[in-house]
Amino acid sequence: MPHTPLSRSTTRRGLAAAALALAATAAHTATPAELLAGYTTQAGSPAQAARGQAFFSTTHGRAWSCASCHGATPTQAGKHAGTGKPIQPLAPAFNPERFSDPAKVEKWFRRNCNDVAGRECTAGEKADVLAWLTTLKP
Amino acid sequence: MTKLTIRAAVAALALLLAGAAQADRVAISALPAYHAECAACHMAYPPGMLPAASWQRLMGNLPKHFGSDASVDAATLKQLSEHLAANAGTFKKVARDPSPPPEDRISRAPWFVREHDEVDPAVWKRKAVGSASNCVACHVNAAQGSFSEREIRIPK
Repeated sequence: MPHTPLSRSTTRRGLAAAALALAATAAHTATPAELLAGYTTQAGSPAQAARGQAFFSTTHGRAWSCASCHGATPTQAGKHAGTGKPIQPLAPAFNPERFSDPAKVEKWFRRNCNDVAGRECTAGEKADVLAWLTTLKP
Repeated sequence: MTKLTIRAAVAALALLLAGAAQADRVAISALPAYHAECAACHMAYPPGMLPAASWQRLMGNLPKHFGSDASVDAATLKQLSEHLAANAGTFKKVARDPSPPPEDRISRAPWFVREHDEVDPAVWKRKAVGSASNCVACHVNAAQGSFSEREIRIPK
């Protein structure tokens, strides 16, 4: 069926409504700064970006470091060390989806700290890493 | 050969190729949670490529998933398990022999090994490939469920 101007604008309106609905359901409920503040409070001491970078770049008794999959400077896409699957940039300034959903952030800290360190990360370690990631700017 | 025989041979070949192309198509998952949870680390493997018993074991052990913590919350686990149980073993080659492959790895299934026996072991080790779990490295349209021979590009 050929698109008349009317049907096209109706389609556009439909799409806009769908996009809005999607934005409403997507859990963008925090900013990286808010998450960092939360972890810092929990840790009870100020976050240190340099310590975060060190944690990120070194291994912790297991084969992989954070950098093994995310890359040494996670401003670009990384690659899963086991499967080769591309991993979108982790630094929030390069990927606005990152550190926007607290539940997702917690899930991935839990999984990945377990892979890298064989335990959950402390609030202080999370704060340090996030502090470092937020210093990475285009 | 007469013209007629040639035409018949061409038609037969076309039919054969069409059949082969069909066999190389695999149903992909339509469950958003499956893609969100599983395809963050690896391709969303077609659920039909493993038998139900394998999926059940894998879903029962996600905190220790091939050396990685892939744990999910209880509600998601239930959703994924039901989805995989419903779609397990539908790939023709698995339906023919639904016995669980070693370690429940698709890449260890006899049909998988047979299909890839011409691939030089060095190819798997290339940086752009890495491991047999990286279907998309060579099967460029694997994520869409297409594994046809014509859609293979082996990276250098």
